[in-house]
Amino acid sequence: MRNEVQPLPGVPRQPSGSYWAISLRRLFRNRVAVACLAVVLLLYGSGSLASLVTFYGYDDQDLSVAKQGPSIQHPFGTDRLGRDVMTRIIFGLRTTVIITVITLLTGSLALGITLGLLAGYFGRWIDTVIMRTGEVTTAFPDIFLILIIISLVKPPVTDWVRGIEDSLGIEILRLGVVDYLVLALALAIFSWFGMARLVRGQVLAARENQYVEAARSVGCTTPTILLRHVLPNVMGPVIVVVSAGLGAVAGAEVLLSFLGIGIQPPTPSLGLMMFQHGSISELRSNPHLLLFPAGTLTVLLFAFNLLGDGVNDAFNPRAR
Amino acid sequence: MAPYILRRLMWLPCILLVVSFVTFVLGRYGPGDPVEVILGQYNNPEAVERIREQRGLNDPLLVQYGRYIGKVVRGDFGESYKYRGRSVGDLLKKKMWVSGQLNVAALIISLGLGIPIGLYAALRQGTPRDVIAVAFTLLGQSFPVFLTAPGLLLLFALKLDVLPTHGWGGFFDARIILPAMVMGIPGVAMITRLTRASTLEVISQDYVRTARAKGLPESVVHRRHILRNSMIPVVTLLGFSVAGLATTSFIVERFFGIPGVGNLFIESIFARDLPVISGFVLIGTTMFVMANLLVDLIYPFMDPRIRLTGGQIAE
Repeated sequence: MRNEVQPLPGVPRQPSGSYWAISLRRLFRNRVAVACLAVVLLLYGSGSLASLVTFYGYDDQDLSVAKQGPSIQHPFGTDRLGRDVMTRIIFGLRTTVIITVITLLTGSLALGITLGLLAGYFGRWIDTVIMRTGEVTTAFPDIFLILIIISLVKPPVTDWVRGIEDSLGIEILRLGVVDYLVLALALAIFSWFGMARLVRGQVLAARENQYVEAARSVGCTTPTILLRHVLPNVMGPVIVVVSAGLGAVAGAEVLLSFLGIGIQPPTPSLGLMMFQHGSISELRSNPHLLLFPAGTLTVLLFAFNLLGDGVNDAFNPRAR
Repeated sequence: MAPYILRRLMWLPCILLVVSFVTFVLGRYGPGDPVEVILGQYNNPEAVERIREQRGLNDPLLVQYGRYIGKVVRGDFGESYKYRGRSVGDLLKKKMWVSGQLNVAALIISLGLGIPIGLYAALRQGTPRDVIAVAFTLLGQSFPVFLTAPGLLLLFALKLDVLPTHGWGGFFDARIILPAMVMGIPGVAMITRLTRASTLEVISQDYVRTARAKGLPESVVHRRHILRNSMIPVVTLLGFSVAGLATTSFIVERFFGIPGVGNLFIESIFARDLPVISGFVLIGTTMFVMANLLVDLIYPFMDPRIRLTGGQIAE
């Protein structure tokens, strides 16, 4: 026998839909958030399709046009080797895309959600160990240890990859893979705790719900309960935290590259471009070399900030 | 309150032990032989062996670590590898004094501008002036230091030529203005926003209405009833902003050529100057933890309803 719920006659239909549908609708009704989403998508899209949307290669040198200001051929001008600055910015955005995506996937999502689920669901000593470890990582400015870890871990990893290159006969190092991985993983080590704490809190609340008890009573295994019943119910706040964290990770990559410890040349990065052209004399004679990458970064961070606010308004049940 | 402070202070050595151990192990197993840093690449095996013996580099790692901690407890951070004969304590003290002055100058700018603008905006909520203040804070918060530093340099030093471009001359030197401004602007934005929000909340409280109703002059209401209560969240933020300032000072010191601790730290990382690196991390961590503790201790003076108990802050 099937029971269809019939709407009562005379009562207007409530706007229906799942939590996701309602939240997305709210997000898309917010014009500022949509505009920021468009900007982020544009920058991330051109970054991920960098080689398709640019007319030059990022290390194509042409000394006859070195250090030129903006023109039609080179909208953002050229640097001291005659490389197109706009092309290099787009390839720098590719770096940003790679780093933010790897860091979020490994740090916030994989580490943060897993550890948060474990801590919240099992409690006891697992909870204690995970939460105390996390508290130690947040007890001091993480920039210190990130700098140390990157500078000390990268050389051995580079040697190791070089060994693989020799034995396989393929070129890996030139792609900058080592830089990307070391940087993203170092950032991930220090970015999981916020997410873990959030998920843990949500799980503690969700664990007491009857549907979890029901699931356990029909014999669901613990992983099934965690992944099928608990996790989907904590995804809303997770989205909020992820959107707020994206800008921070992008900024951290730029900072580390600017200090000379993150991405190494010839791989382009916004931070590296600002580091190379950050001197007073360069600023005096060729300000466009510094201001265009800095401006791009500003637009990106600005869009991330406002988008984060919008996502919070839309997905956070308490903000409604 | 004493048990609370004790509990918080007991955390500090645990954190320091973990942090110092991680730094120490990473440094020992990381690339670069300390002796090579000390002597340079061209050296004879005899001298290498002598230095190894002298500095105890042949002992097991845990023995070395234990010896290091033993010295640190007595305030001795060892001798720099790169600057031979200079103790890490001396090196850091000098550089931290420079960075400390810069940070204080930045904090003065953040507080000196942020609190008045926030109060002003809140007391005139909804007027065009309020809107302008809010828009300004939104911009200030979103401009990264990477844009404000070159932007202000271009404007004030290169175009208008009213301020010097870079260098360091102490707290009362014109050369501190630009870097302090660059470091202070994000703080101005944040403090303005926070002051405005918390003032708006305080203004609508009953005790403010009561104060006005019993005929207190407006200035007394502002100072005693509104300002004092609206500052509580701002104080919280100060603890966090210590870490934020540490990060921005890395960038600013580089842009403006300031001989501060940020530049020293980057330099030591490139030179694998392990004693300086660990010393800096230990002192930096201590200062960060102490700043946050200090913030928690100021609370009860600002809001007598908050009492510190053994566990955590209880209301």
